Amino acid sequence: MSQFDLVVIGSGPGGYVAAIKAGQLGLKVALVEKDNSLGGTCLNVGCIPSKALLHSTEVYQHAVHGKKHGLVGAEKLTFDVAAMLANKDKVVAQLNMGVGALLKKRNVEVVRGLGRLVKSGQVLVRSTAGDRTLETKNILIATGSVPVELPFMKFDGETVISSDHGISLKAVPEKMVVVGAGAIGLELGSVWARLGSQVTVVEMLPGIGGPAYDTDVAKAAQNAFEKQGLKFELGAKVTGVKKTAAGSALTAERDGKSLEFPADKILVAVGRKANTTGLGAQEAGLKLDERGRIVIDAHYQTNLPGVYAIGDVVTGPMLAHKAEEEGVAVAENLAGKKGHVNYGVIPGVIYTDPEVACVGLSEAEAKAKNIEVAIGKFQLAGNGRAIASDCTSGFVKVIACAKTDKLLGVQMVAKGASEMIAAACAHMEYGGSAEDVARTCFAHPTVSESFKEAAMAVSKSSIHSL
Amino acid sequence: MAVEVKIPPMGESITGGLLAAWLVKSGDAVRKGQPLFSYETDKVTSEGTAEVDGQITLVVNAGTDVVVGQVVASIEAGAAGNAPSAAPAPAAKPAASSAPAATAAPAPKAAPVAAKSGAAAEISPAVRRLSEETGLDPAGLEGTGKAGRVTKGDMLAALSGQAPIRAVAPAAAPAAASAPAAPAAAVVIPSRDGRTSRKRMSPLRRKIAERLVQAKSETAMLTTFNEVNMAPVMELRKRHGEEFLKKYGIKLGFMSFFVKAAVQAMKEVPAINAQLDGEDIIENHFYDIGVAVGTDKGLMVPVVRDCDQLNFAGIEKAIGDFGKRARDGKIQLPELQGGVFTISNGGIYGSMLSTPILNHPQAAIMGLHNIVERPVAENGQVVIRPIMYLALSYDHRLIDGKEAVTFLVKVRQYIEDPQRLLFGV
Repeated sequence: MSQFDLVVIGSGPGGYVAAIKAGQLGLKVALVEKDNSLGGTCLNVGCIPSKALLHSTEVYQHAVHGKKHGLVGAEKLTFDVAAMLANKDKVVAQLNMGVGALLKKRNVEVVRGLGRLVKSGQVLVRSTAGDRTLETKNILIATGSVPVELPFMKFDGETVISSDHGISLKAVPEKMVVVGAGAIGLELGSVWARLGSQVTVVEMLPGIGGPAYDTDVAKAAQNAFEKQGLKFELGAKVTGVKKTAAGSALTAERDGKSLEFPADKILVAVGRKANTTGLGAQEAGLKLDERGRIVIDAHYQTNLPGVYAIGDVVTGPMLAHKAEEEGVAVAENLAGKKGHVNYGVIPGVIYTDPEVACVGLSEAEAKAKNIEVAIGKFQLAGNGRAIASDCTSGFVKVIACAKTDKLLGVQMVAKGASEMIAAACAHMEYGGSAEDVARTCFAHPTVSESFKEAAMAVSKSSIHSL
Repeated sequence: MAVEVKIPPMGESITGGLLAAWLVKSGDAVRKGQPLFSYETDKVTSEGTAEVDGQITLVVNAGTDVVVGQVVASIEAGAAGNAPSAAPAPAAKPAASSAPAATAAPAPKAAPVAAKSGAAAEISPAVRRLSEETGLDPAGLEGTGKAGRVTKGDMLAALSGQAPIRAVAPAAAPAAASAPAAPAAAVVIPSRDGRTSRKRMSPLRRKIAERLVQAKSETAMLTTFNEVNMAPVMELRKRHGEEFLKKYGIKLGFMSFFVKAAVQAMKEVPAINAQLDGEDIIENHFYDIGVAVGTDKGLMVPVVRDCDQLNFAGIEKAIGDFGKRARDGKIQLPELQGGVFTISNGGIYGSMLSTPILNHPQAAIMGLHNIVERPVAENGQVVIRPIMYLALSYDHRLIDGKEAVTFLVKVRQYIEDPQRLLFGV
């Protein structure tokens, strides 16, 4: 007889949320975690710590530029990196505790150690305290992802670093080169640039932010970041690191020309890859795809009966909230309910200043699908709250179907875009149209009104733009 | 205490119609007997009135199909309401433009969609706007949004005729409901390219269509023609018209001559004044003649009673009164019922010749046309006479050709020699 209804391997946002949901629904659940702290990459070395650092450095930046707001002596302001890191660690620790408390409340047993898939219905947990075999009806693999390492410039933790290190630098590097202009590179690049580092972002693609964003959005974000001192080297292919008299330099090439970027730290943020280390996938006969991701069916079941997988370790965007939704769906399915994830409405956010966010289709993607689109844009420069709050950089773009007015996607560069995008998600989740947004009352004054205005602009009826 | 305002019974044959316009707004104070709404059925337009004093709350939107007995408002008896606004609520005008909007593929025999008070809160703002502007009830659509919600796109598709409208369960409507399916609307919906537009038939227009097709398909209808020299009648009008007007307050028209002529001809050819009921023939011994009146909503045929007992002035007065009230939408249902024969005058629009369609279940209908000076031969001479062509459509199952032709010849004789009417020869 099985000890458990469900054993979840990995306590990241996919795993712990699935465990809690399954517990809520009355299943007997064990959660296996190899690290000392719960919460996975997101909570320990990803989303949360980077947000803490982004906030600390933003507070500093606001203060430094506080003269026009009446702050005296702002120019002479200094900062303490160690204190910022300590604050970050405190935030992380608080949330570690919180996750533990939630799991306990739902009677989820946390099993410490590296979870290994033996076969359907059996997980072996190895730890310094010894091995333990868990018998279970179902297994959910939520082992997440790890940073991608470039083969010709492996992480050394000193010069060539990953995001794991990038959130814990003891001192501000004089020169930092970030490889990859995605969310992680832009966020950590911003953190250290705000503290005075000369940051150069080297990106292979012609635009920043990744392929999800339209060119106009990416360009607006790039302009905003350049004003903050970040340099961008786009369309450049990284070739390696070399030692120079002054220290190190990243080498790259563009249009056949060699480039060299001196750096004290080289943060490689070119993406993440599925993590199945120690899982015993091969031995158990678990099917992986060519990129090492676990292959699943529409119900998240792997090729092994009763073995499921979600989050970064399977296909789809590597986002905490995507993993959470999948975790809930699996738990609900196992409890006899109908879990469902709407992959068309999963927001993406870059937590810079201004933030960059998107959901649904970009204009380019819609056009590639031969959908006739109607576009509405609204510049934050026309938003009262943005003017009052010193954040007029950016705009909101609404992509609607020209025929049905249905919201196809929303993209934005704006202070608070991460919060504003939620309204777009809610409307899209219910099949809303641009007119639905336009007819929804937004509080005034808020930056969010820019979303409403952009929705009105779809039918050329924006009130606050010409 | 709240008193329900219901669609009043209108007569046995009427089960429902269109609530064309509200004359009051929710929250208004109303007084007993005050008109509350105008109500359009397939036969008449009438008004619903308040039964008590109080404050009214509307339940159904203007432009909604309603059935007899359906609750359309409630009045909180005795409650003080808002002072009624000077102008009536800007609801749908009870004019041609208030014809309900057509929607593609009307579902068969679906019950009318009553406005549900809770429904408004569940639909998206854009859907609500479209629903209110067009009258298309989203409850009748297959929603493609989350959990079957109707999206703006679904509404647009239905309005452009690209999506079917599903029958919906009757919402608190009496089971007897047999009103048409698609909800009514107060607007004309233009097509995307603007080359066509779409509106729903009014109940009156729908009924006319149904009756005309019935007459065409259930009778053996054919038409006989004749021509009549109008000079003698015109001469009589010239000679006595002024005095007639002075005495009776109404002009001496042509219609009274034709009504009188028809009555006399029917007396001589009784088969015209009869109708079929299954395999029985009902012979009428009275002369209630329907006179077709064109209105902006469609054709109406009020009935002038006992024309054999009326003098010319009585007939002219009755027709004049009907014409005015028909245009004002004030004709009462009983006034449209029970005719035995119909006279339709296409001549006022300039028609030279036409074949009228029977006013079912009547057995015959006479069509009058315009009066045109034509060369005719009289006593070997070509002379110019004011000529009108006459047409008589008749149900050949009941009336033989000889009878129909005889009837029309008699009418011609009475018009060409009105003194015959005096003596009945």
